[in-house]
Amino acid sequence: MGERILIADDEPNIVASLEYLMKREGFEVAVANDGDAALKAVASLRPDLILLDIMLPKKDGFEVCQQIRANPQWQGVKVVMLTAKGRDTEVTKGLALGADAYVTKPFSTKDLIAQVRQLLGLAG
Amino acid sequence: MSNKVKLALVLAGLYLLMVVLFVLVGAALWVNMDPQEREATLAILEKRYGLAVFAILVCWLIIGFIVHAVYRAYVLAPLRLREQALVMVNSNPGLRLQVVGAPEIKGLVEVVNELAEQRQSLQRDVEERVREAKASVEAEKNRLAALMSELSQSVVVCNLDGRILLYNNRARLQFQAVDEGIQSSSGRALIGLGRSIFAILDRNLITHALDSIQHGLRRGNAQPVANFVTTSQTDQLIRVQMAPVLGRQWPEPGEGKGKPHLDGYVLILDNITRRFELESQRDQMLQTLTEGSRASLANIRAAVENLLEYRDMETEQRERFVGIIRDEVGAMGRRLDCMMTEFAGALKTRWPLEDMLGVDLIDTTQRRIADKVGIPTKKDEVAEGLWVRVDSFSLLQGLTYLVFRLREQYKICEVGFRLVAAGRLAHFDVIWSGAAVGSQTLTTWETNPMNIGGEASPLTLREVIERHGGEIWFERDEASDRSFFRLLIPVATPQEALDPFALLGRGSRPEYYDFDLFRQTEESRALDDRLLTQLTFTVFDTETTGLQPWAGDEIIQIGATRIVNGRLLRNETFEQLVDPRHPVARESVQIHGITEDLLHGQPTLDKVLPLFHGFCDETVLVGHNVAFDMRFLQMKEEATGVHFRQPVLDTLLLSAVIHPNQESHQLEAIAERLGVHVIGRHTALGDAIVTGEVFLKMIPLLAEQGIHTLREAREAAERTYYARVKY
Repeated sequence: MGERILIADDEPNIVASLEYLMKREGFEVAVANDGDAALKAVASLRPDLILLDIMLPKKDGFEVCQQIRANPQWQGVKVVMLTAKGRDTEVTKGLALGADAYVTKPFSTKDLIAQVRQLLGLAG
Repeated sequence: MSNKVKLALVLAGLYLLMVVLFVLVGAALWVNMDPQEREATLAILEKRYGLAVFAILVCWLIIGFIVHAVYRAYVLAPLRLREQALVMVNSNPGLRLQVVGAPEIKGLVEVVNELAEQRQSLQRDVEERVREAKASVEAEKNRLAALMSELSQSVVVCNLDGRILLYNNRARLQFQAVDEGIQSSSGRALIGLGRSIFAILDRNLITHALDSIQHGLRRGNAQPVANFVTTSQTDQLIRVQMAPVLGRQWPEPGEGKGKPHLDGYVLILDNITRRFELESQRDQMLQTLTEGSRASLANIRAAVENLLEYRDMETEQRERFVGIIRDEVGAMGRRLDCMMTEFAGALKTRWPLEDMLGVDLIDTTQRRIADKVGIPTKKDEVAEGLWVRVDSFSLLQGLTYLVFRLREQYKICEVGFRLVAAGRLAHFDVIWSGAAVGSQTLTTWETNPMNIGGEASPLTLREVIERHGGEIWFERDEASDRSFFRLLIPVATPQEALDPFALLGRGSRPEYYDFDLFRQTEESRALDDRLLTQLTFTVFDTETTGLQPWAGDEIIQIGATRIVNGRLLRNETFEQLVDPRHPVARESVQIHGITEDLLHGQPTLDKVLPLFHGFCDETVLVGHNVAFDMRFLQMKEEATGVHFRQPVLDTLLLSAVIHPNQESHQLEAIAERLGVHVIGRHTALGDAIVTGEVFLKMIPLLAEQGIHTLREAREAAERTYYARVKY
């Protein structure tokens, strides 16, 4: 345990829930409120996984994801995209840009935890 | 004359011949006689000299008569017949040859007359056919024009050069409507016969669409169509459909089969700005609804699941999650409310509704109720100029049904109608005095299929109301003891309510087509050498503050009309008052009646001249005493940057060319001479129209003098005396 998770979302109402949830599940949690902050946090904290919202101020989730994948040192970072955009074209784009999973809002917290655990190679 | 001389010569020759023969015979006899015989002969002759001369004269006379008769029968008769035959050939095919002359010639005459008879009846036949064909073509053209003018889409037909050959009124209004910046009866007249379509649509778009049509034709597609969407100069979205106009399939020499040959194209233009706005609104609404709701739901769900999963949560944390749920639920509710009000119009699955003037709707309702229910109705209050969007057939059924039920169940014997606007919706009230209708009853009426005196409809009143996205309820005004049903129906958006009166052409049949333009090509447009009968003219006139352009007098009105292919187009006119910023001379007011009050607030010349220049684009200017008007226009060239470089013709000078011996070349005098009826003179447009008609009459008269082309007309005008009097 003790894997680091970065939550990149600008909506305090979802951040509150995700932060609590992840902490209770035993992860170390950091929060970034926009795209730039998310990239900085990735550089400084080296999280194991990032919960990335697409609609972020400054840089959107797609761009953040692309930059993470462009940096060879960050290949180990798992990216889970969280978005209210449910269109299949966006799912395709997210996965094509290197996201490991794509979760459409609203989602079940249990499923999300299971998804995160699986990506981090932890027992469900 | 010469024939008589010939005859006299012939006779003289004969007489001479006879004299010579007589003398020769006499001489031969004389030589043969011995002297006694000679004496005896002389003695005989001496006594009978008179008789001999007499006999000779009689002989001559008889010969003269014979020769004359032969001459008449064999020479003169054919000559006369030839003249008659020439008349028959050239001008009067109904004439027949006189049966004169010798019997042989008479026989010939009969045959010729027979031939003439045959020729004439053939000719009559051909003429009849031609007339029939012409009439049917004309009828077809008229039908087409009538059909076009009824279409609710804008239709424009162009030749390959992009010249407009046909357009309908809708097209004209559409492109006039986009140019409302300046108040003119004519607008900028972007659409007109012979005008270029490229003033409205990008040349590249048209070329591209034509290419794809050509491509389709080559691939053997018999009816290729190209579509594109473009924006007009005023940012309206226009959807354009292009279909080819195919000419006859002439087989190329050396080619087995002819190919369809592109003559021009039809453009169907549809202003989709509003539809597009509505659609993108709906799109946006759907997006806001789905994405916004997803985010809110996610927030709520995550909070709820945390609350359920981690029951040992601290109170503070718990309250925070509960707070999140409350906020998000509230936000979702507000979002839905907002959608409903903001996008109400876009939300409805719309039954196709049509725009109708409120008054018309009430009138029709009244007629129908009088007819079907048979009780008197009256108009209580109808908002003036209010347009509603209705499915008039079903709405009329619904209203009739309501009144019918009122009469059946409540014995109501008179109803009134009220129609007033209330924002996006209109209140349509059916009013009566007395009896209140219970809500239960109205619900029954609403949900049962409508049945009016045995005439059943599968629709219910509710369905009719829903088609209009409306509502219905019962209200009662105790104070006046009046009850009413209130129906909500949508109000038509002003933009969509095109003035139907503007759609009806003014007066006579509109001149919206000219297929002869098909034959014109860009290359043949070197103006100077083109025939006057084929040119496009702008006939114009100006009214001014006074007669001295050099002393500050200004134009106060410009009127113009167009002549295309020898026709004056009364529908394509330009008429605009101009604020001169200069006092109007009293003498001038007496002529044109335009006072300074009328001019106040009109656009100034720097605004009007570019529009007028556009109207005259690629035409020849015509005016009466046009040098005067040109002088005013040219005075402004520097200030406005608008240069009039078009060729110019002056009807005053042309009149001097045609009738050099007449004293007056004033417009009235010429009009009277040429039989042009003068109406509405001394408005710029009125004078322009008279000038145009006069000019049209002049074209054939000029042709008689060998003046056919623009160059010839200009040069002839320049040679006249009047041309030397300069302003």
